[in-house]
Amino acid sequence: MFNVKELKKSILVSLWFMFLTFPIMVIKVNTIYGKVEWRWYRMALVGVGSFFLSFVWRALLRRKEMGLKKAEEGQEVKVPLTRKLISDKRFNRPALVVVCLFALLFPLVFSLYQVNIMTTALIYVVVGLGLNIVVGLAGLLDLGYVAFYAVGAYSYALLNYHFGLGFWTVLPIGAGLAMLFGILLGFPVLRLRGDYLAIVTLGFGEIIRIILENWNEFSFGPSGIANIPRPGFFGIQMNLHQVHIYIYYLMIGMTVFTIFVVRRLQDSRIGRAWMALREDEVACQAMGIDKTKTKLSAFALGATWAGMGGVVFAAKTTFINPASFTIWESIIILCIVVLGGMGSIVGVICGALVLILLPEYLRAFSEYRMLMFGAALIIMMVFRPGGIISDVRKVYHFEGLKEESKDL
Amino acid sequence: MLEMKNVQTFYGNIQALKGISLRIAEGEIVTLIGANGAGKTTTLMSVCGIVPPRAGEIFFEGRPIHHMAANKIVSLGICQVPEGRRIFPYLTVLENLDMGAFLRNDKAEIKRDLDYVFSLFPILAERRNQAGGTLSGGEQQMLAISRALMARPRLLLLDEPSLGLAPLVVKQIFEIIRKVNSEQKTTIFLVEQNANLALKVAHRGYVMENGQITMTDTAASLMANEQVRKAYLGI
Repeated sequence: MFNVKELKKSILVSLWFMFLTFPIMVIKVNTIYGKVEWRWYRMALVGVGSFFLSFVWRALLRRKEMGLKKAEEGQEVKVPLTRKLISDKRFNRPALVVVCLFALLFPLVFSLYQVNIMTTALIYVVVGLGLNIVVGLAGLLDLGYVAFYAVGAYSYALLNYHFGLGFWTVLPIGAGLAMLFGILLGFPVLRLRGDYLAIVTLGFGEIIRIILENWNEFSFGPSGIANIPRPGFFGIQMNLHQVHIYIYYLMIGMTVFTIFVVRRLQDSRIGRAWMALREDEVACQAMGIDKTKTKLSAFALGATWAGMGGVVFAAKTTFINPASFTIWESIIILCIVVLGGMGSIVGVICGALVLILLPEYLRAFSEYRMLMFGAALIIMMVFRPGGIISDVRKVYHFEGLKEESKDL
Repeated sequence: MLEMKNVQTFYGNIQALKGISLRIAEGEIVTLIGANGAGKTTTLMSVCGIVPPRAGEIFFEGRPIHHMAANKIVSLGICQVPEGRRIFPYLTVLENLDMGAFLRNDKAEIKRDLDYVFSLFPILAERRNQAGGTLSGGEQQMLAISRALMARPRLLLLDEPSLGLAPLVVKQIFEIIRKVNSEQKTTIFLVEQNANLALKVAHRGYVMENGQITMTDTAASLMANEQVRKAYLGI
């Protein structure tokens, strides 16, 4: 462990960091007295800290490599607890029951504040699962996903403002409109892949936001739309507390519905076509998969969930303006998918809960949010490139074939 | 069965096929040989509709297919094994085969075909739950051929099945190609750089140079042809 080479490397790292952070950490210009303060003790702190961190970092890397080697040599590798929980029947049934009970009893046990942020997290779960179709299954990197979210939110706000339509009427309309926009975006980007697709979708997201910000007659510009009614429940009057709990349960229902649909989609013909398209386009065409239809359906279905999420978002906050639909939102949703585990439903749910709930509870550190976000992403990509809970491919067994293959 | 008439295909401004005409009868194995960059792969891509031709006509069983989308062409019964295998690396062997049968709905028949390709390539049956990318080159080629067979094509287009494989594996694969042709009555259009092998398997052959067909004959007489022997067989 403690060999000289490792120590030397860590010392080099700490020297480099001391040099890099010198201007911002050490020098401080006091403009009142017109003199420069030299805070050398900070440099020492940086040096010691980075020395220690780099040492730990490399030790962890070594451990990971050892694990890989073990796996290659066919030695038994410890199955991670999360994997066990999901794939082992003995564990996953009770775990599912516990999660369901927790979700159902949540509003009865915790305060309204907790219920509220949980509802927000659930909206992100639904939206994240939608993006998971586009990014995780079909492999199309979409950086403008929030545009569809905005379409959903604004369709509820505007349709309600002008025509007085209620939440339940607009929910399918908003989803449909978002789907339409998904197809609209899908057509021009059919030929694009990877980076180019990311740039165009990013542009699309910005276009929607800028339109909403500047077309005052249509969207009331940056001042947004206020007094959007909350969802109703067969015309029953509810007080504020009850409404929030109602929205929470509504979101739970929607999440379950989303999980159900996405699961079915994943195992369906079209889900298989998405996965194949992600891996090889030419081979897909040679197999007779309609590339256009498959890509468009991924965009359209992904956008649909964003639209539904948007409608609920507008109903929950009762006020929307373009500032809620910036590129940052898109990136968070993308991070949910990537951090959680591309293509994995449980992963995306975990990702959404972690990324939305943690910042809420760590309000004290909110200034360092971006720093922690970046650090978390880097650590994840090095140690768990598949995400928190990576996608477990289903294994099918065909009993009928077994005997034949034996005597062949 | 397949007829190409003066087909011209372009990549942007570059003309890859300068008027290809050829004809494949039912039940035949026809090979197209030629050097690197002669346009062999482009010919297949044009037939499949993945790179549609700009001029000329292609008929499959009398129907014009040069304006059809790639997926429609596959549904007519033409299936390609693309160059470089192009299997789906993260899908399992079984899922790869399933993708081959993407356009079919007859579950019992699909199962029968699955058994058939497993009998052709028993190794695939052993590895059916392994990810496609973890197979060896030869196994991947077997998988690519099997995947195409799962579409139950009447015309199978093979693009360089010998590419990058050990001689023994190549021999095995060519035997299977012959077997499929005789057992399933699948017409096969084989594009190869390995002219020697291709001509041994095929009934007839076309020789291609710079986007044009320069020679056509039965495989045996092409083998005997002085020019072909010099240029492609290295004798």
